[in-house]
Amino acid sequence: MARGDLVTGNVWEQYSEKVQERMNFPKAMGEFTQADADERGARLIVADFGAESCGDAVRLFWLVDEKTDTILDSKFKSFGCGTAIASSDAMAELCIGKKVDDAIHITNTEVEAFLRDDVDTPAVPPQKMHCSVMAYDVILEAVAQYKGVERSEIENSDIVCECARKTHKDIVDAIREHNITEVEQIIEITKAGSYCKSCIRPGGHEPKDIYLVDILDQVKKQMNQERLENAANNSGNNSFADMTIVQRIKAVDAVIDEYIRPMLIMDGGDMEIVDIRENLPHFDIFIKYLGACGSCASGTTGTLYAIESTLKQKIDENIRVLPI
Amino acid sequence: MNEVYLDNNSTTQMDSRVEEVYIENIKKFGNINVIYDKGIETRALLNDAYDKLYDGINASDDDDIIITSSTTEGNNIVIKTFLDKFLNGSEKNHIISTVAEHASIKSPLKYCKSMGMDVTYVGTDSNGLVKIDEIREAITDKTALITVLMASNETGAIQDIKEIAKIAKENGVYFHSDGAQAIGKLEVDVQDLGVDYFSWSAHKFHGPKGIGGLFVKGGVPYTPLIHGSKNIMGGKRAGSLYNNGVAAMAIALEIANINLPLITKTVQDLRDYLEDELLKIPDTKSYVPRENRLKNLVAISFRGIEGEAMLWDMNTHKIYLSTGSSCSSEDLESSAVVEALGEKVEIANATVMFALSKYTTKDDIDFVLEKVKSTVIRLREISMTYAKQEAFSVHLH
Repeated sequence: MARGDLVTGNVWEQYSEKVQERMNFPKAMGEFTQADADERGARLIVADFGAESCGDAVRLFWLVDEKTDTILDSKFKSFGCGTAIASSDAMAELCIGKKVDDAIHITNTEVEAFLRDDVDTPAVPPQKMHCSVMAYDVILEAVAQYKGVERSEIENSDIVCECARKTHKDIVDAIREHNITEVEQIIEITKAGSYCKSCIRPGGHEPKDIYLVDILDQVKKQMNQERLENAANNSGNNSFADMTIVQRIKAVDAVIDEYIRPMLIMDGGDMEIVDIRENLPHFDIFIKYLGACGSCASGTTGTLYAIESTLKQKIDENIRVLPI
Repeated sequence: MNEVYLDNNSTTQMDSRVEEVYIENIKKFGNINVIYDKGIETRALLNDAYDKLYDGINASDDDDIIITSSTTEGNNIVIKTFLDKFLNGSEKNHIISTVAEHASIKSPLKYCKSMGMDVTYVGTDSNGLVKIDEIREAITDKTALITVLMASNETGAIQDIKEIAKIAKENGVYFHSDGAQAIGKLEVDVQDLGVDYFSWSAHKFHGPKGIGGLFVKGGVPYTPLIHGSKNIMGGKRAGSLYNNGVAAMAIALEIANINLPLITKTVQDLRDYLEDELLKIPDTKSYVPRENRLKNLVAISFRGIEGEAMLWDMNTHKIYLSTGSSCSSEDLESSAVVEALGEKVEIANATVMFALSKYTTKDDIDFVLEKVKSTVIRLREISMTYAKQEAFSVHLH
């Protein structure tokens, strides 16, 4: 919340002029019959999408020239709010003159962009984006019908957020690229989930097969697993930063065993690693002196310096050694 | 062109006599709790207002009427009183309510649930009536409170508050009724109703916004929601009083009660005329039988027409209505209250409410009817589902 959100915005006031114009006077509203198709030597396609129970339903009529696969004319009918009427109208109009295969590219985001009065101002408020989604769904129905194929064959079934048209891959890529840990970051970066909000988590307007929270969870687990496997496979070649904690202890212990411990033992002392903590960019290694070393004045000066510089040289220059 | 405001269950225009009292008393700015004389005129004003409020709902002197900002605040006070008792170790962890309630009941109840309380929502029948048997069955020895609205803003269904209050009493459970839609449309006598708590807002009966009341029967539990100085209403609701708002609410209540028989009759006649005419349009259906519905309301569905699309067209004629449609709500959910009538979601999406007031005229209604008729033709031409059903019925014949 902030000042701008304190006075609730009226949804209608956020409609573009073009949306309002089409709500009042839809241009492509109507229907075609078989007689119309015969007259123009075209094939009639009638496709339905949605249901009254969802609050929106649309029927798309096409007259298609089968020789050229071109949509000669296009009309719609709709049960829906003004946004649904306006976006269906724009969608139907955009179909006219297009090849059937090109009509697939008339997505809801394209329809919304077409309805803007100026390029930077959305044509409808975010929660109304949802009402334009089925304008795209019905095109897929029409294309599938025309080609005599199942809708699934032409549909990008990878879509997670229909309002923003973001695919599963878009979401996964964003999580990996930005090392996202919270679902809010996905929404901010990809815009998925920022419209009708159904895809964020269960319990929204529409049930989904998969939600952003699920994807985040899966990818985080995967990334963790990959980090582990990577560390295991590259054991010995890993940088200190990429090592697991166990690998780090082993690496530090190995250097101490080879270069440091023998010297300490000669003087009747020894040391052990107590903890290794990330204090980025540093790695703090806490050690405890044993035997004679515990009372040796050099433990906080010369000896300590020798241990630290050996570890820096052999393992990572960001290592700091701290006696406890 | 004049505008026709038919969303009177949401809020109403202020009565001119109320407006006068409101403006006149703005000048009396002294706090009531001061020791010097400046408080005298304010105290007189508030004493007079309190007389009207107590008379207006027939509260006894042992009861409290807490001045609040709204019904929402009153509803919150009551529910959170029992949440407070629960959080302080009371074994009574259960509240019974109904699916027909407003967000100002459902939302605090959701909060109670998140804090560990149990909430039962009783359903309504196809007439919009709360299933009283289900309330009876839901009561356990852990039940602290039953809260049922007196009438629904969306369906207009009037609940049998007296009967529910009786059941609550028999079982030793406290009873609250959200009376936001009651005053000015129904007779409200808190003693006759038998409620322990009753909340309202002045702006629903031609009073100002930002002022409301909560009736609290003498001796029932009460925890303040707003803590502060004990000098205001004994600390039961702190914060300087909205003096002229209280005076305006009191006069609005008085006028509402005086007008009740006359107004409801005139409004009802107009409403019946509107409803009869609307039902002459093919494929329309109105909800909740008239004898059981607020006299100022028609809730009606126009088959094949989405509610918000209807509102859009009406708005272009400066006719203001509301709808149960999912499209018109921020969360895209259709009205649970309309669905609770046992109707399908698609009906909720096609339902439009016409809520009249004493200011609605026959000319207004005729204008509305003319515009509704032309809009129904336009939108049904666009509608795919209406056409589809027509085609269907042709096919069946």
